[in-house]
Amino acid sequence: MSKRIDVNNLNIFYGDFHAVKDVSMVIEPKSVTAFIGPSGCGKSTFIRTLNRMHEVIPGARVEGEVSIDGQNLYGRGVDPVDVRRQVGMVFQRPNPFPTMSIRDNVLAGVRLNSKRMSRKAADELCEQSLRGANLWNEVKDRLDKPGSGLSGGQQQRLCIARAIAVQPEVLLMDEPCSALDPISTLAIEDLINELKSDYTVVIVTHNMQQAARVSDRTGFFNLEATGQPGQLVEFDDTQKIFNNPTKKATEDYISGRFG
Amino acid sequence: MTRATSSAHKPVRRPGDVVFSSLSLGSGILILLILALVAVFLIWQGMPALTAEREEISGGEGFFSYVWPLVFGTVVASLIAMVLATPVAVGIALFVSHYAPRRVGNAIGFVIDLLAAVPSVVFGMWGMAVFAKQLVPLYDWLSQNLAFIPIFDGRSATGRTLLTAAVVLAVMILPIITSVSREVFLQTPRLHEEAALALGATKWEMIRTAVLPFGAPGVIGGVMLGLGRALGETMAVAIILSPGVFTWVLTASGNNTIPAEIALNFPEAAGLRLSELIAAGLVLFVLTLAVNLFARWIVEKRSEFSGAN
Repeated sequence: MSKRIDVNNLNIFYGDFHAVKDVSMVIEPKSVTAFIGPSGCGKSTFIRTLNRMHEVIPGARVEGEVSIDGQNLYGRGVDPVDVRRQVGMVFQRPNPFPTMSIRDNVLAGVRLNSKRMSRKAADELCEQSLRGANLWNEVKDRLDKPGSGLSGGQQQRLCIARAIAVQPEVLLMDEPCSALDPISTLAIEDLINELKSDYTVVIVTHNMQQAARVSDRTGFFNLEATGQPGQLVEFDDTQKIFNNPTKKATEDYISGRFG
Repeated sequence: MTRATSSAHKPVRRPGDVVFSSLSLGSGILILLILALVAVFLIWQGMPALTAEREEISGGEGFFSYVWPLVFGTVVASLIAMVLATPVAVGIALFVSHYAPRRVGNAIGFVIDLLAAVPSVVFGMWGMAVFAKQLVPLYDWLSQNLAFIPIFDGRSATGRTLLTAAVVLAVMILPIITSVSREVFLQTPRLHEEAALALGATKWEMIRTAVLPFGAPGVIGGVMLGLGRALGETMAVAIILSPGVFTWVLTASGNNTIPAEIALNFPEAAGLRLSELIAAGLVLFVLTLAVNLFARWIVEKRSEFSGAN
């Protein structure tokens, strides 16, 4: 269920604008990889190329290669819809479908994949996914209530449950805690720790302590100057990045000298 | 700050606030007043027809017998128009908001809005002089092949039937449903669309899971606006339809709608006949009110899931 991601010389463009330059990295399965960096450095743009969500923006394109277990996501004839079924995503702000109940939210992805399932199987999957997202005990008595009635942190865990219900190989999280209070953030961080036993987790965060707490590997993105493309400055074990970074820019950033 | 505390017992009343709040309160009262006066006028002037002897009413069988075929014509024509227009309108709105390139979409939206600017009398003339004739072969075919269905059991040489009127009404209410739907579809939160796409939804599945549920109350609102317009549409129906007594057959002339009946007969009506027509207007008023209440109720029923909380 968890796969290795190889990124090879990836360049990302929005029309003529070169957003991210020459990223190469290997993301190991069953690990948590965090990306940090100042605003606008392209880390969110980069994470969205891992499931081709950047294509939602007109004019966005990439050069280079991203492969999941050797299969190039940008190969000929690869359908972005299939890619997104394998690579789940959690967004910056919780976004459960407001017109659906909690249960329907969890099952939304499975229903899209148009699998007919019995009510019993659906119930089981729903419970299993909500347990997987540490939300079951809080919502088990109100599964048919709207998902938008939950607190922000619960909504975000509902979105995680929805993402893992389709059993993706990789789980991408784009600043999943930036709209949450510290307690909810802690709940999500605990959850990320559990998720990595089953999934390859990639997370973008503005919070350096969070990266230090949850990730095994950390990548630091930066801009050389305004208007220049963002690039991956350093990518290493989280311990190393935070205690003994190789690059000056990384050290300046994590010690709070800029950004 | 200190000023705010010292005047805590007696809040400061600024002239701008006072003027604006009385202005909006006045407008609110005015609208209720107008509505009440309309209702009072209709009831007061229509009362003689409602209380008259059976024999005195046109047709000689009482007001109810007089009015129900008109209600039937009005409701049937409007419902057909709604059923025909809604899928097309939602389709156009989705095309404009989600499929067409932005410039093409804007151009189409503009053209649709222009359609709303066509006066109903023009639709009426076109419907009677051009469109009705075009439909004659269709009515012939329907009456020959589907006559076992009562509504198709008859033909019209001119094509000026209730069905023709309904189709023209559908064209007339298309713009309002389209523009309301387009507005709500465009307001679908990007987050919800992305949530669906990230789960591996195709474009159509994304629209089904994120756009349509979000837009549904708005679409229903637009449909009800359109239905309201169709129920009250006078000129087009009065010109197109060759009116007559009640019949189940929609492909032959006959039937009439309340607004067309009023418009065609009002100038020459006097005395009890006038009251009859006004009472028919009261029935239309109640009908429209009921439609709007029903729409409100549908929208309200789903409000828990609207995402507004």
